[in-house]
Amino acid sequence: MHNSQAVVAEQFDDRTQQHEAASLGMWIFLATEVMFFGALFTGYTIYRNLYTMAFEAGSHLLNARIGAFNTAVLIGSSLTMALAVHAAQTGMRKRLMAFLASTMVLGGIFLYIKFAIEWVHDYRDGIVPGLHFTYSGPQASHVAMFFCFYFIMTGVHALHMIIGEGVMAVLLIMAWRGEFSRESHNHIEMFGLYWHFIDIIWIFLFPLLYLLGAHF
Amino acid sequence: MSSLEVALEPRVHYLNADYSIKSWLLTTDHKRIAWLYLIAITFFFSIGGVAATLMRLNLLEPQGLLVEPDTYNKLFSMHGIIMVFFFLVPSIPAVLGNFLIPLMLGARDVAFPRLNLLSWYVFMTGGSIVTYALIAGGVDTGWTFYTPLSTLYLNTHVTTAAAGVFIAGFSSILTGLNFVVTIHKMRAPGLTWFRLPLFIWAMYATSIIFIIATPVIAMSLALIIIERVFHVGIFDPALGGDPILFQHLFWFYSHPAVYVMILPSMGVVSELVTAFSRKKIFGYHFIAFSSIAIAVLGFLVWGHHMFVSGQSIYAGLVFSALSMAVAIPSAVKVFNWTATLYKGSISYEAPMLYALGFIGLFTIGGLTGLYLATTAIDQHVHDTYFVVAHFHYIMVGGAVMGYMGGIHYWWPKISGRLYPDGWARVSAIIIFVGFNLTFFPQFILGYLGMPRRYAVYPPEFQTLNVISTAGASILGLGYIIPLIYFAWSIRYGAPAGDNPWKATGLEWTTTSPPPTHNFEETPVVTEEPYGYDRLAEEIQVA
Amino acid sequence: MSEHIASQKMYFVVFFSLLTLTLLTWQIAYVDLGRWNMVVALIISITKTVLVATFFMHLRWSAPLVRLVVFAAVFWLAIMLTLTIGDFFTRTNVQPWQSSATVSQPMVPAVKR
Repeated sequence: MHNSQAVVAEQFDDRTQQHEAASLGMWIFLATEVMFFGALFTGYTIYRNLYTMAFEAGSHLLNARIGAFNTAVLIGSSLTMALAVHAAQTGMRKRLMAFLASTMVLGGIFLYIKFAIEWVHDYRDGIVPGLHFTYSGPQASHVAMFFCFYFIMTGVHALHMIIGEGVMAVLLIMAWRGEFSRESHNHIEMFGLYWHFIDIIWIFLFPLLYLLGAHF
Repeated sequence: MSSLEVALEPRVHYLNADYSIKSWLLTTDHKRIAWLYLIAITFFFSIGGVAATLMRLNLLEPQGLLVEPDTYNKLFSMHGIIMVFFFLVPSIPAVLGNFLIPLMLGARDVAFPRLNLLSWYVFMTGGSIVTYALIAGGVDTGWTFYTPLSTLYLNTHVTTAAAGVFIAGFSSILTGLNFVVTIHKMRAPGLTWFRLPLFIWAMYATSIIFIIATPVIAMSLALIIIERVFHVGIFDPALGGDPILFQHLFWFYSHPAVYVMILPSMGVVSELVTAFSRKKIFGYHFIAFSSIAIAVLGFLVWGHHMFVSGQSIYAGLVFSALSMAVAIPSAVKVFNWTATLYKGSISYEAPMLYALGFIGLFTIGGLTGLYLATTAIDQHVHDTYFVVAHFHYIMVGGAVMGYMGGIHYWWPKISGRLYPDGWARVSAIIIFVGFNLTFFPQFILGYLGMPRRYAVYPPEFQTLNVISTAGASILGLGYIIPLIYFAWSIRYGAPAGDNPWKATGLEWTTTSPPPTHNFEETPVVTEEPYGYDRLAEEIQVA
Repeated sequence: MSEHIASQKMYFVVFFSLLTLTLLTWQIAYVDLGRWNMVVALIISITKTVLVATFFMHLRWSAPLVRLVVFAAVFWLAIMLTLTIGDFFTRTNVQPWQSSATVSQPMVPAVKR
């Protein structure tokens, strides 16, 4: 049974140092992601306040029910990811694999709904700026601005999820090969942090994009 | 320590352990990665330098001697993009930081060595893309990529250049991340925070900026690319977009970026001043905390680049006041360096010449920054050569001189050889003279009203422009000479020995060049840093 | 390695709380609270974030340094938002030294509500 994770990398003195370094490193990476998405949130905030009516009109054209469902799906995937970490911590290989796979499936459902259902419909409805935008209501260009931010923010978010799916596939294989143990499972834990962070971004995107002026 | 001690080079060290190309291109040794960066940034510096040469030659004549205005626009844009993103930002962090941080900490390597190598490849990818943009015809937005010019009106290689810078940004982010984790988690036993060399404090502060600021410019450039590729109007006023939003996001990174460029140099100067005064640095805690203060305050002042762009006057007020505040920690450093020099036993080897040059030129650059932070003055000198002179005093008179000083000081450790100090001092003086001749006239030109980024100018400005160009030729010579003697020293320089400068610091306790794993045994630190008085006693007793 | 292992039950409790809050934020959007809709939505999002970070991401049991990193990220995000928004919200066509009587309509669209 190949267990490369059990080895402490040569720049570290012991496993504790290696674990602490990995943890700190991943959290710092998440801090960079906060600023990366933060720039988009800043732009969104400015334009939402300048063009409130247009942003609400745009938000209306999105399907909040689908958005809420997808939010639940993603939160569910966070649950399965947390349970995967728990399985790794308690040395339960099969359970780890099951929860990793579940996370991948739930993430896949989210992405399928996002791309194959929502985005395809948006294209058909003519609300994709730059590609197919035929909205002709009032302040059309400001509504287009809303959709710019909608597609960019959900697109960058989805890109992070796709990368996450790829990493999970690798982790699943590593788990299957028995490379994780109770003592040594940094990769699972660090990826868990990344996946939860993606969930947090969506927790903000959902109300900001789908629920503006819903009480019309 | 015997005066008859013969300096010996270790038989096996990190340079000769393996000569194959693969061992260099797949290295995870921070010292070799430092070399990879050194070669890369020297290459980029020369391209940026060629662009500057062509610009200064063009400006010999009021009607432009050499190039059409469109070409001139491309020259200053490429000069800025390459010098900022591919020379200055990585210079000290990626070369000296990579090489020295583990050594100064008593560690075997950085926290994530493979990530370190990835940083270099990401950097080279970004640099290759920008070089391609240059060869394919260049970009003429200025290094600031302002919208809507960059998004709506230009058909030059904006998208490509922006993509190259976007990618290179991730190199900074990963390097900053690596350094912060290394400094927190891999210090030798006994090496508490206040025993760290001040270079480490400076690199830590720099890394915070890398981590927090760089993602924002990444997103800003991504938005430009999206706007160009998909023809959407994120920053297009006709569609409700606001170009000032781009400026906010751009400068949120780019102002802290200038602190990325100066903080490491300040760290180097702290090391040089104490070593060449043979005296413990004055105000260690003040210098350490001022580095952090500069990093934090540096994030609060970006709007001072936008006083005349259209931001609200109240925002201008706030940014102006905060810009005054950020000068304070910088001044604290200058005072402490000066106090270190006072009654020190000063020697004038090349590194010290660069350090002294830094202190003077950075002070001028910094003070002129205060003029620019004053909104009433900035109204008149914004976008003139006054600004150009200001930032070149800091970037070249400050940052590059710090870089040169650091390269000279640590060269014996890095290469195991001594460079010829006579030639080095001559070069340092040539650089100092050439620099001032190039850039001081530009303060006057700016004050008199000559705009920046113009290929032509009114005839009454010609004399000052000619002086500036003459200075630039001298400056260029000053940079070429070290290339020659450093290359010479690798083959013919005298072996340096462990500690040719008799300096304090863990890096000087291992061999020159160090073994691949830095130390035969992990050092244990029991004393305060910069113990030159103790060292003096030891030398006397020996 | 002193790693805290949380109970699986705790994860489920947090999960159901998150689902409840999601339902709440979705449904409350259909109630007209005027400008408070956005405030309520953000408060709920922040609450969900704190739950995810504290329990799923183990911040509750993390080293102080890790919490400092989280604080730093939030701090600098707040700076970016505050100073940028501050510019846009204080834009006016009438400069402090001008009297509004001599200046025509401001060009900047009025902020709604």
